[in-house]
Amino acid sequence: MTDMSDIAAPEALEEASFLRDTLRTFSRNRMAMIGLIFVVTLVLAAAFAPWISPHDPYRVALDEQLLPASTTYWLGTDNFGRDVLTRILYGARISLVVGIVPSLISLAIGTVLGILSGYLGGRTDFVVMRLADMMIAFPSLLLAMVVMYTLGANLLNIFFALALVGWASVARVVRAQTLALREKEFIEAARANGTSRSRIMFGHIFPNVIPTLIVLFSLSIPEAIMWESSLSFLGVGVQPPEASWGLLVAKGKEYMFQAPAVAIAPGVAILLTVMAFNFIGDGLRDALDPSMKD
Amino acid sequence: MKDTIPADMPPAEDIVLSTQNLTKHYRVGGGGFGKSARVVRAVDGVTLDIRARETFALVGESGCGKTTLGRIMLRLQEPSSGTINYRGTELTTQGEAEMRALRKKLQIVFQDPYASLNPRMRVEEILAEPLRSHGFGTAADIRDRCAELLEMVGLRKQYLRNYPHQFSGGQRQRIGIARALANKPDFVVCDESVSALDVSIQAQVLNLLMDLQDQLQLTYFFITHDLAVVRQFATRVGVMFLGRLVEVATTEDLFAQPLHPYSMLLMSAVPRPDPRLRGQERPMMQGEIPSPMNLPSGCRFHTRCPFARDICRIEDPALQDRGGRAVACHFPLDG
Repeated sequence: MTDMSDIAAPEALEEASFLRDTLRTFSRNRMAMIGLIFVVTLVLAAAFAPWISPHDPYRVALDEQLLPASTTYWLGTDNFGRDVLTRILYGARISLVVGIVPSLISLAIGTVLGILSGYLGGRTDFVVMRLADMMIAFPSLLLAMVVMYTLGANLLNIFFALALVGWASVARVVRAQTLALREKEFIEAARANGTSRSRIMFGHIFPNVIPTLIVLFSLSIPEAIMWESSLSFLGVGVQPPEASWGLLVAKGKEYMFQAPAVAIAPGVAILLTVMAFNFIGDGLRDALDPSMKD
Repeated sequence: MKDTIPADMPPAEDIVLSTQNLTKHYRVGGGGFGKSARVVRAVDGVTLDIRARETFALVGESGCGKTTLGRIMLRLQEPSSGTINYRGTELTTQGEAEMRALRKKLQIVFQDPYASLNPRMRVEEILAEPLRSHGFGTAADIRDRCAELLEMVGLRKQYLRNYPHQFSGGQRQRIGIARALANKPDFVVCDESVSALDVSIQAQVLNLLMDLQDQLQLTYFFITHDLAVVRQFATRVGVMFLGRLVEVATTEDLFAQPLHPYSMLLMSAVPRPDPRLRGQERPMMQGEIPSPMNLPSGCRFHTRCPFARDICRIEDPALQDRGGRAVACHFPLDG
């Protein structure tokens, strides 16, 4: 046949290594690794809180109110005599779940609508984007509060409220990416092959949006934690005696001068967790960007 | 190889694809605030017959509408008006599903081998997709066919598990060709398919394309700006200028004697490797290419034509038959 000198290549190429490259780049990023270790530790501590902490988070001991830090109560006690550190550990459970679940929901909704909107264009695009504009234009905290007041304050409604607020920005980012991708020749090649539109959208465009989604996810977790904290602080989020970090700060602020640790310690936990997720997000963004490799 | 082509050339009536008055107009800028929307005439009335098993080369400078013409012939973009007839089937009136089925026979090899393969798909998935879209067979059939395709374009079947970024440009282009040929197409648009490759690789890929044409009885619509490639591989040539065909002729005729001043100037602009010819007087193109948004009156080439006369500024010449070839000029160069 033809002259094949340009393919005098090895018998078989190295099995593709996108994942390995990504992991290597990520592990070289020190801040991202610190963030990851912090988050993993936090998740484990929250999951195994009953075994780690010797105290009951709900036991009221009125004779042990607002104690300072000691070897028994590492961060002291709150106004009902409950151990602050234990409450933070149990609060992490709710705060992490509230961080992750609504993020996943808004990511899923935003991705589907963003791809549909970007690829189909026309009327679909108009309707989806005007809806997203409305969501973004409306003060999100107010919207979430209205949802919580009307539907009642429980965990499921928090998920709903946060997803309602969160999908719009995801949809916008995904739509922008879809618009860029649909002009690519490989999408045109798929069309030229007779590939169906749904297969193009979810077989070709979706895999190319995944890196963006991972980054959006890691950035939206801290956002959701903050939202939940705000809602709980305002009294429409998690209800006592359940503990979430926002609620702990809200309740603790009344004793700011007698026992500052009661409010400040969960505040610091929020701060550190949000930072850790942001570092992970930055690291992932760099690790998943092909131009940062090779 | 080229010498044998006229002998077994199919009769002229064996036409694969023909276009009638095909146009593509783009609106640019909104019509709001007193500004009227302007129209770019990317393709402006192209009538053309592509014969079975020929290599029809389309040449012209950047921005003349070559690529757009190739795209609308396959309805990858919608034409603004005109008709496209593929072996008796009118493409412009086909619905979405019918068109998808027809794509089995109408294929394209793209210019940029880096952009035309999905970076997140393995070679196997890339090659399997057109097969699946047209119900090729069982998973095992598809796997065998993928391996067969890869070997057909001169790559090892072990490469099926690899991703595009692991290949060189030439190898990627071979994968792109394998994908286009997966369903045994009839008509293949090659859109600058070798321009992005190294010169040495270009020759290999061109040879591959020509071998495959013989084996699979393909018809090529070869979009290019490289006249050396045209001379070596094309059966017929269409010269395009600002959305119009200005000349259509067999490769031999065109290179022997271009009839349109633009063809002549295009060919004289090719650098000559012989140093003895250096300094020799050659007619040069004058001025800039006119904007396709603001076409000159009359013949659209008159602003740059060294032979333009009064009538050229007033009357737009039509593409007219002239002894087995066609030219759109009031004063063709053969007198």
